[in-house]
Amino acid sequence: MTGRITKTFEQAKSNGRGILGVFVSAGDPSEEICAATLDALVEAGADMIELGMPFSDPMADGPAIQAASLRAIAAGMTLEKTLKMAAEFRERHPDTPLILMGYFNPIYMYGRDAFLARAVAAGVDGLIIVDLPPEEDVELCDPAIAAGLDFIRLTTPTTKGTRLTRVLEKAGGFVYYVSIAGITGTKSAGADSIKAAIADIRGATDLPVVTGFGIRTPEQAAEASILSDGAIVGSAVVEIIANNIDEAGTPSPEIPQKIGQYVSSLAKAIAAK
Amino acid sequence: MDQAVLNSFQIGPDEDGRFGIHGGRFVAETLMPLILSVEQAYRDAQNDPEFERQLRYYQTHYIGRPSPLYFAERLTKYFGGAKLYFKRDELNHTGAHKINNVLGQALLAKRMGKTKIIAETGAGQHGVATATACALFDLECEVFMGAEDVVRQKPNVDRMRLLGAKVHPVTSGTSTLKDAMNEALRYWVANPETHFYIIGTVAGPHPYPEMVRDFQAVIGKEAKEQMMEAEGRLPDALIACIGGGSNAMGLFYPFLDDKSVDIYGVEAAGHGIDSGLHAASLTGGEPGVLHGNRTYLLQSKEGQIADAHSISAGLDYPGIGPEHAWLHDVGRVNYVSATDEEALVAFQLCSRQEGIIPALEPSHALGFASTMIPEMDKDKVVILNMCGRGDKDLGAVLPKLDERGLL
Ligand SMILES: Cc1ncc(COP(=O)(O)O)c(C=O)c1O
Repeated sequence: MTGRITKTFEQAKSNGRGILGVFVSAGDPSEEICAATLDALVEAGADMIELGMPFSDPMADGPAIQAASLRAIAAGMTLEKTLKMAAEFRERHPDTPLILMGYFNPIYMYGRDAFLARAVAAGVDGLIIVDLPPEEDVELCDPAIAAGLDFIRLTTPTTKGTRLTRVLEKAGGFVYYVSIAGITGTKSAGADSIKAAIADIRGATDLPVVTGFGIRTPEQAAEASILSDGAIVGSAVVEIIANNIDEAGTPSPEIPQKIGQYVSSLAKAIAAK
Repeated sequence: MDQAVLNSFQIGPDEDGRFGIHGGRFVAETLMPLILSVEQAYRDAQNDPEFERQLRYYQTHYIGRPSPLYFAERLTKYFGGAKLYFKRDELNHTGAHKINNVLGQALLAKRMGKTKIIAETGAGQHGVATATACALFDLECEVFMGAEDVVRQKPNVDRMRLLGAKVHPVTSGTSTLKDAMNEALRYWVANPETHFYIIGTVAGPHPYPEMVRDFQAVIGKEAKEQMMEAEGRLPDALIACIGGGSNAMGLFYPFLDDKSVDIYGVEAAGHGIDSGLHAASLTGGEPGVLHGNRTYLLQSKEGQIADAHSISAGLDYPGIGPEHAWLHDVGRVNYVSATDEEALVAFQLCSRQEGIIPALEPSHALGFASTMIPEMDKDKVVILNMCGRGDKDLGAVLPKLDERGLL
């Protein structure tokens, strides 16, 4: 059976374009607004959703996603509720790939096997766990693959040679190329460095490759989708949430719509190339 | 691993960096090549007599090692129980044990051809030690420090700046040591090729817990020899405070297989364990994954890291080194705690009885000692790690002593 992730990449390819993946933190700024935002993302042309599992100490994230994570936790988000949100999303959107992204500790505390069972039942397609390199595969990667989930690997500008082979050994779904050495939402990479790295990755795997970290503008998204098989945008999206919360801390009900407009500009730019 | 079946406690970590279930390498892929290269460089250095020679040279001529093992005679009389010795690492250059580790890592960074150093710091002692080594070896130095600690430990911030380090106040999260470590890791992720991260305690991804322990073990090795000279035998007990646990591992490690030696690690109990406002990760935490390793953490049942609370900036950390977590699991070391209040009383007591102003961190060890030592027989002998001096703490402590009529 071909999974949702593979189908999505194949379909985009047959339309001659890359895919657009969008990250939001589950429960940011509230469960209701986040659920509505997910719908708006699909409506606006996002091909794939990365739903962040909020963690208090996101080591690889910049200020924007740190803040998103803390907003969600403060609003009462838990892993249990994130899984419920994923299951409800899947009921509304049977075909859109849904990836859970985050750090290991909340999963470890929830219980690995219980988490995997719930994630599979919820219709989650894959996992991106930032702080689990191949050295720690027994912790989650191996059992996740056994449960039928794709374990999606991040490769970075420091992932070269034999390291790249090691990282891609059990990779599933697609390869997420982190185009900068750095945390989310800080700097952007130049086309030449992306080009060279993507060529290396293609030499080591047949999986589709997407580019992320530091993509903000429609032009950057379009360029990334030409250089690789798609673009992932996160910080720029959650910043829209941050900018639409008033001084009393009340989020604007227009957040889903505003994010939809922005994402639609990205999707159009990608489709136009 | 059952204590009964272990022949030795000096066996960790395994090749995956594990101490039992603890330790490991839970870091983002960007850092993996770096961490592997640090490990390789450390293995090379371990096999290079020249590295050992350099380290010894600086230990002797720069730090001032060996530090004395001092019989605290007046406190011993005051407690009326076991004989109390201090291992006086507060006499080291820069005033704490932190420099033992920093010189080792700075020499390693130089071997690796790195020219820029990053460090996190809580009390500022590790930051000062790192800034010092960077001045000595002509390395660029950036120190990450929680904004709250920048205020609590101002004298150390001034020292770092004078030594040429750039101090980054960290305002993310709770603005204390854990956030400083997050920020240092983020900075390292962004500057992997040029920078070396000198971690200040026996925590972080493998090989740091092992490497920092090895550099600090000079404390215990010396203490063992010095005790043989002073008393002709091993001590009956060791006591050390625990933030991440580096001064404690340094003292404990060479004694782990001496079964007659009882070992006590003292965590910070803040306002009391029952209050929930403390930094005692073994007493009040659960295993989890943070900062590159699995260990006991203060956290919610959802796995969100909780704030630690301690009067001592150096102990104000929601985790503990993975080797301590394992020594706790196998029962070799007793982990106990002392409150802010007990530490304050010990701070004043040590100053008045011995003319030694201790840092707030070892004041916790002394706070616990003052409950245990009076209960012990007079023919017993105890070593307490006096791992830092208290000048840095006067601003925070004096008003509190005044309030209590202790000045
Ligand atoms: C004097 C002193 N003792 C103890 C500590 C705690 O660290 P560790 O537990 O690694 O020795 C610190 C940390 O800043 C310190 O400055």
